[in-house]
Amino acid sequence: MEVGLNHFLFVSVCLFSLGIFGIVTRKNAVMVLMGIELILNSANINFIAFAKYGNFGYQGQIVALFVIILAAAEAAIALAIVLNIYKTFSTVNVDEIDTMKD
Amino acid sequence: MSLYDIIFYLFASITVLSAFFVVTTRNIVYSAFYLLLTFFGVAGIYVLLGADFIAVTQLVVYVGGILILLLFGVMLTNKITNVQIKTGTVKLAPAAIGVALLAGTLFAGLLNTNWKTFNSEVPVSTAHTLGLILLTQYGVVFELLGILLLIALIGAASMARK
Repeated sequence: MEVGLNHFLFVSVCLFSLGIFGIVTRKNAVMVLMGIELILNSANINFIAFAKYGNFGYQGQIVALFVIILAAAEAAIALAIVLNIYKTFSTVNVDEIDTMKD
Repeated sequence: MSLYDIIFYLFASITVLSAFFVVTTRNIVYSAFYLLLTFFGVAGIYVLLGADFIAVTQLVVYVGGILILLLFGVMLTNKITNVQIKTGTVKLAPAAIGVALLAGTLFAGLLNTNWKTFNSEVPVSTAHTLGLILLTQYGVVFELLGILLLIALIGAASMARK
């Protein structure tokens, strides 16, 4: 079967679902971040697949580039927050962090 | 099956399988290394889609930056000496059912949609064109993202130092 748009979208669907699964089930906050990275990657695959198979020129690739930049900023901020949580609560398990102040 | 198809199936299986192991392995360091494989697979898919510059950016930023940050996060927040590196999970079965339903819905949606695709020409090197577009049509966005990155890095450094 000739590889077309559907194949790339299927990979993207798989990555998105696995990312949601990781976010929902894992306790560790860093694992939740990894799930978010999977979801951002799946969105990027969609953007670039539509940039190739749709008639949109280079706009999809530009947006994918912006998504990568935002992912870098998001990862830096999120890890700083995770480190602060660890200093305050001595754990990064998101199910144990249920107080608004210490 | 052409060579393109074989390479696609190779990269797709690498991506999906390693992503599956990322979310199911209990050892968080293994998860981080499986995430490395996933990023490589996604970069290969970008190359197959004719986006060579995005693929290189993916390798440099994700593998060289974000993954290292995540590994630092793992090492700074786990008591490595106490072997507390395994992480727990909550409510596996309901999550698996819900995610399977979601994936099925999305997949049925994409199969039943009549996508109007254009057969694009032979892929060319995109770096030159992307650079031109970034600094002309998307110049303001480009500058704003630069400022955003600077603010994010300063904020992250000051938050983590406290």
